[in-house]
Amino acid sequence: MINPFSLANKNILVTGASSGIGKQIAISTAAMGASVHITARDTNRLDNTLKQLGDGHHRHYLADLTIGEELDALTDSLPNLDGLVLSAGIVKTLPFKFVNHTELDTIMQTNFFSPIVLLNKLLRKKKLNKNCSVVFISSIGGNFIGAKGNSMYSASKGAINAMQKVIALELAPQKIRVNNVSPGMVRTAMLENTTAFSQEQIENDEKNYPLGYGEVTDVANAVIYLLADASKWVTGTSLLIDGGFTIQ
Amino acid sequence: MNIETFVQAFAEQFDEVPAVSFTPKTLFKENDEWSSMTALSVIAMVDENYGVRLTGDDVRKSSTVEDIYNIVLSKTNA
Ligand SMILES: NC(=O)c1ccc[n+]([C@@H]2O[C@H](COP(=O)([O-])OP(=O)(O)OC[C@H]3O[C@@H](n4cnc5c(N)ncnc54)[C@H](OP(=O)(O)O)[C@@H]3O)[C@@H](O)[C@H]2O)c1
Repeated sequence: MINPFSLANKNILVTGASSGIGKQIAISTAAMGASVHITARDTNRLDNTLKQLGDGHHRHYLADLTIGEELDALTDSLPNLDGLVLSAGIVKTLPFKFVNHTELDTIMQTNFFSPIVLLNKLLRKKKLNKNCSVVFISSIGGNFIGAKGNSMYSASKGAINAMQKVIALELAPQKIRVNNVSPGMVRTAMLENTTAFSQEQIENDEKNYPLGYGEVTDVANAVIYLLADASKWVTGTSLLIDGGFTIQ
Repeated sequence: MNIETFVQAFAEQFDEVPAVSFTPKTLFKENDEWSSMTALSVIAMVDENYGVRLTGDDVRKSSTVEDIYNIVLSKTNA
């Protein structure tokens, strides 16, 4: 039987590939046979990911996705793509009362504008092949739940899911599919950077997850499904993966 | 930075407990209003007013307003 989850002969771009979920997506998609193109800002960490991809036509590209010229340069140097995974993202915990324009702008730039503008530029340059699959790494935050202190992050992820529905419709005639994975809490550098919560608070939060916190491979495996031809009839959807957190 | 203005800014994060009742020695977790939300507000206030990144663990290990003040002070000089 042909493996419906194979990514052989696909060129796939993964953003945020120097760390956490994006890094694992790069490793897992390479293992499924894809030629993986990885991007992030930190040279050393990105090199490290590249080394873990094994044999194949893998390449890396340094870019700050919030800078227009760097997005243009990235778009120009990429080959035509069969898959695009938008995992670059940041978080900042602030009670709504402390939210201000600058902080909100910073989060929206990275989490909302940069993936949307990158997708837009790739389309304009006709870099997305027919049957291409686009996967945003969204979140349960802003889409399925709210968590105190997380209003800016929630807004950025809610905006992704909202916009994706329309993009999916508009690109359907080209058989380009646009979906997102909405994970619950996964242990990555992002959680370590969320210093506003104590270790004790995080341990208590994990107890609210029937299956505990997730692992990066849990998200990467969901992304493989959405990138592969196995999901060729799936577009405009949010794949909720949260260890049962939101069924309660 | 001085402790009087710090205590004042700290007290402002509470809506029910009167600001005048706060002193450096106040055991700030021992009132009904203390919650994960006030903790986040204190961290955000310290970031906004003093440019210092207080952690959830810093708050957890502190009991008095002065304890927090001393952590902020040590991080300012760091
Ligand atoms: N961890 C979770 O619990 C969780 C849950 C739900 C959703 N998510 C989402 O999953 C995605 C990945 O998160 P993670 O946990 O893997 O975080 P992470 O380990 O902190 O990785 C974030 C990645 O984004 C890149 N990045 C950030 N700003 C960038 C910029 N301006 N330009 C280019 N790259 C940038 C970073 O690379 P450089 O620093 O090298 O540029 C890094 O590779 C995010 O969108 C996040 O919102 C995470």
